Amino acid sequence: MSRRRLLPLFLVLGFGYAFLYVPIVSLIVYSFNESRLVTVWSGFSVKWYGELFHNQKILDAAWLSLRIAILNATLSTIIGTCAALALVRFRRLRARPLLNGLVLAPLVLPEVMIGLALLLLFVNLENLIGWPQGRGMLTITIAHTSFSISFVTVVMRARLAEFDRSLEEAAMDLGAPPVKTFFLVTLPIITPALLAAWLLAFTLSIDDLIVASFTSGPGASTLPIVVYSSVRLGVSPQINALATLFVLVVGACIGIAGWLLHRREAQRKAPR
Amino acid sequence: MSGRGESRGRRLVALVPLAWLAATVLAPFLIMLGISFSESIIANPPYAPLVTAGENGLAIHLHLDNYRLLLEDPLYLAAYIGSLRIAGISTLLCLALGYPMAYAIARARPTLRTPLLMLVVLPFWTSFLIRVYAWMGILNTNGLANQLLMALGLTDQPLALLHTNFAVYLGITYSYLPFMVLPLYSILEKLDPHLLEAAEDLGCTPFRAFLRVTLPLSMRGVLAGALLVFVPAVGEFVIPDLLGGPDTLMIGKVLWTEFFDNRDWPLASALAVALALLVVLPVMLLRRRQYGLEGAAP
Repeated sequence: MSRRRLLPLFLVLGFGYAFLYVPIVSLIVYSFNESRLVTVWSGFSVKWYGELFHNQKILDAAWLSLRIAILNATLSTIIGTCAALALVRFRRLRARPLLNGLVLAPLVLPEVMIGLALLLLFVNLENLIGWPQGRGMLTITIAHTSFSISFVTVVMRARLAEFDRSLEEAAMDLGAPPVKTFFLVTLPIITPALLAAWLLAFTLSIDDLIVASFTSGPGASTLPIVVYSSVRLGVSPQINALATLFVLVVGACIGIAGWLLHRREAQRKAPR
Repeated sequence: MSGRGESRGRRLVALVPLAWLAATVLAPFLIMLGISFSESIIANPPYAPLVTAGENGLAIHLHLDNYRLLLEDPLYLAAYIGSLRIAGISTLLCLALGYPMAYAIARARPTLRTPLLMLVVLPFWTSFLIRVYAWMGILNTNGLANQLLMALGLTDQPLALLHTNFAVYLGITYSYLPFMVLPLYSILEKLDPHLLEAAEDLGCTPFRAFLRVTLPLSMRGVLAGALLVFVPAVGEFVIPDLLGGPDTLMIGKVLWTEFFDNRDWPLASALAVALALLVVLPVMLLRRRQYGLEGAAP
């Protein structure tokens, strides 16, 4: 196919990228605007960043969200990897269809439904056995694992399905017990996928407004809950500053992760 | 690979996720299903217990009123139809923009493909809430969009863009575009360009060749992408709430209001059960159709 014929196609592609990035760039530009009116430019200023770092409500919420996201990502990665192992390797497992269904359901079901259902679970549990007492960090974390596990399982399942089992068999033929084989052979090989799954679960948690709104209690407001209640009242330059920091951190993390994966890939190919 | 110690380990590997998911996915859904048959009362928690112990043993109270209300009150029906319509239109918009994008990436030089694809996925990793918020700034009365329209002389005074259904379509298309591009790309990338050359050698115009060859062969990607956009869009809450107006009726928003503002937990549960059915049904239908397509392929 000639390049010239593809020109309109690449114009659409360019439009698509503009569509994807103009909102994010405008968000960043206006975070340096002096005026409180976010959309009217009146001069360069970093004062909104200063105000952001003195906004105790936002700082507390960010700290809470960070702790929940780390806990959720770690827990989900462990449980989700177990689920993926069971689904890929235990072909004769009788509960396999049930496990498969439970893993797939949260990918399809709407967040408002997941949030409501989990809240009802926590309320009923508290009435029945007195635990969990009230709602807050613990209930939000548990709620986040309920859907994060599914995404982890999808990622790990794809990785384990193409895993070369002969490496493990070799280790066991040489006398390594299964647990040792797992930690010395399997784990190092699937580490990049584990990292990707952990990051995905982390992002899902730190980004979640809906499920957290249902399962949080008084005094436990995550960052999205605080941002949402501020944004509902209209645009605010402090939120622009927060968004800019968020984009920078995410960009840096993805850059580092991509670079690490790229280097690993290069090392793996080089010796041959 | 055998041994008794290992088989206990294997059982544990399967049992942990099974138990965890049964407790956090299955149990909550069953409880919600139960409460959707309960009655709303002023108490804490605000619903009547389903099972009570009376003189004649246990009594079970099932109320169908919540579901009857869903069918009788035109508000709820309109909200379900509104959700389907808005999700459907947004899915078509995603397809209209996502298909040519995926096609262009698949036809780009091989070394460029991965970075181009990364650029599509990257915004997905920044906060969803923040991306929707960005559009609030752009669509505002004195926002970027209106400034641009007035500078181009297309309008004399600012248009009301924010808090309209148009803004909701835009927001959903923007947020879910990567989900459309990824499956389409993975199908289009594998497409053999020789097929197109053959079609053109046999006298097809490029457009006809696209319609007769490329499009049918990429139908699986179209369906997968449409599903990935449509299903979450139906239950969407943030986008209609922040970008939509008073006439934007979507079921996620109605459910939120019933729960948080009216504190009617049983009705909210019934709405959620009906919503779950609404999204699970198209998924199952499309999955079946997809299997059908795979079976029909030569």
